[in-house]
Amino acid sequence: MLASQIRELCEPGRQYTFMEVCGGHTHTIYKHGLEDYLPEAVTLVHGPGCPVCVIPMGRVDDAIDLARRPGVIMTSFGDMMRVPGGQGSFLDAKAAGADIRMVYSPLDALKIARMNPDRTVVFMAIGFETTAPSTAMTVLRAAAEGLSNFFVFCNHVTIIPAIKAILDSPDQRLDGFIGPGHVSTVIGCRPYEFIAREYGKPLVCAGFEPLDILQSIHMLLRQLADGRADVENQYTRVVPWDGNRTALDVISRVMEVRPFFEWRGLGFISQSALRMREAYAAYDAEVLFDVPGVRVADPKACQCGEVLKGVLKPWECKVFGTACTPETPIGTCMVSSEGACAAYYNFGRFTRSRHKETSRT
Amino acid sequence: MCLGIPGEIVELLPGPTELATVDVVGVRRAINIGLLGEQGVRPGDWVLVHVGFAMSKIDEAEAAATLALLTGLGQAYTDELEALAESDIT
Ligand code: SF4
Repeated sequence: MLASQIRELCEPGRQYTFMEVCGGHTHTIYKHGLEDYLPEAVTLVHGPGCPVCVIPMGRVDDAIDLARRPGVIMTSFGDMMRVPGGQGSFLDAKAAGADIRMVYSPLDALKIARMNPDRTVVFMAIGFETTAPSTAMTVLRAAAEGLSNFFVFCNHVTIIPAIKAILDSPDQRLDGFIGPGHVSTVIGCRPYEFIAREYGKPLVCAGFEPLDILQSIHMLLRQLADGRADVENQYTRVVPWDGNRTALDVISRVMEVRPFFEWRGLGFISQSALRMREAYAAYDAEVLFDVPGVRVADPKACQCGEVLKGVLKPWECKVFGTACTPETPIGTCMVSSEGACAAYYNFGRFTRSRHKETSRT
Repeated sequence: MCLGIPGEIVELLPGPTELATVDVVGVRRAINIGLLGEQGVRPGDWVLVHVGFAMSKIDEAEAAATLALLTGLGQAYTDELEALAESDIT
């Protein structure tokens, strides 16, 4: 029903390319084979919205360097454990004796600090605006308790500059965006308005169920058919138009925008990440330690940058599924279940596009 | 980490720490509710939980639909639930 309405909205002879910004959407799309429900004229490309995927190798090496210092307990989310740096991953460093612990929440890391007053506990914070408020709240809590052995190695990134970088990149040919769901519960829909206004592209914030995504694609095509470019919210059940004021306030109390930050595969993007404010320097691992700030070029074979920009499909990367698998990832997109390569590796191998691709080669 | 898992508020914990007990498919854990701001929560309310923090209030139907979707994710969901079960926020 929805599928035929989508078909009807497609102008004959016209091709439509939409980017789903968020890795959660990528996962749903491959898991449910959504591309099979779409007309040939509609192509979905994956965006940079997987927080693990965008961590550059150098930051992993920096974190491992911190983890190896005497007395340090390094903590981070489970997703970080396999992310390859230039010198291996957290798992490798742990096997070599570093005290690296997986936590579910930054508050768990705080508890480790409380229970180990003679150790230095570092939380490697990653994620978009979805997780930044949690890190910020945890820092406020550490301050309220007067803890002096809890530090944040802040790697939070912000979604808007990444979308802007993609819009500005010369090889992009996008007709619209399926906007991220969870990030938008925090930032709301307003920050996307420039995409419609300045770039003339529609964006629809979408939920994570297969129907949500199909409906969002329908809304995008509707706008294009009407000659409009607006920001619309398909996920009103969860996403308030103005976002979560409390969460935004907490972020800006504790963190400020960095002048620039390196993204895996995308290079340096200005004002695209957060660091701790000076007022909270006492909790900033980058102030406490002299972080080496290593820069490591991505491995030659790795094409994560192209995948993150939606220029390449995962299976078009030369090492996909051979040298690069979820067990032995070369690139980051293969690590987290939200990464496009991992999602495609796990679910997507039998979809229409793959058939098309293999029959062409 | 990006998965928002629906949980039902069981009890608000006293004190300045803004914690509440939630029930996530039978697992009871403390989470922080400080990011919900003014709207607050009461026992019986449903919230989406990200890395130990309630991020938004949802209704029961949305909670059920999200749970069904997450269950279909397989490993990623099991990992997240295990991590949550091991979590010990105080
Ligand atoms: S297959 Fe591996 S190296 Fe290639 S883009 Fe995907 S994650 Fe990166």
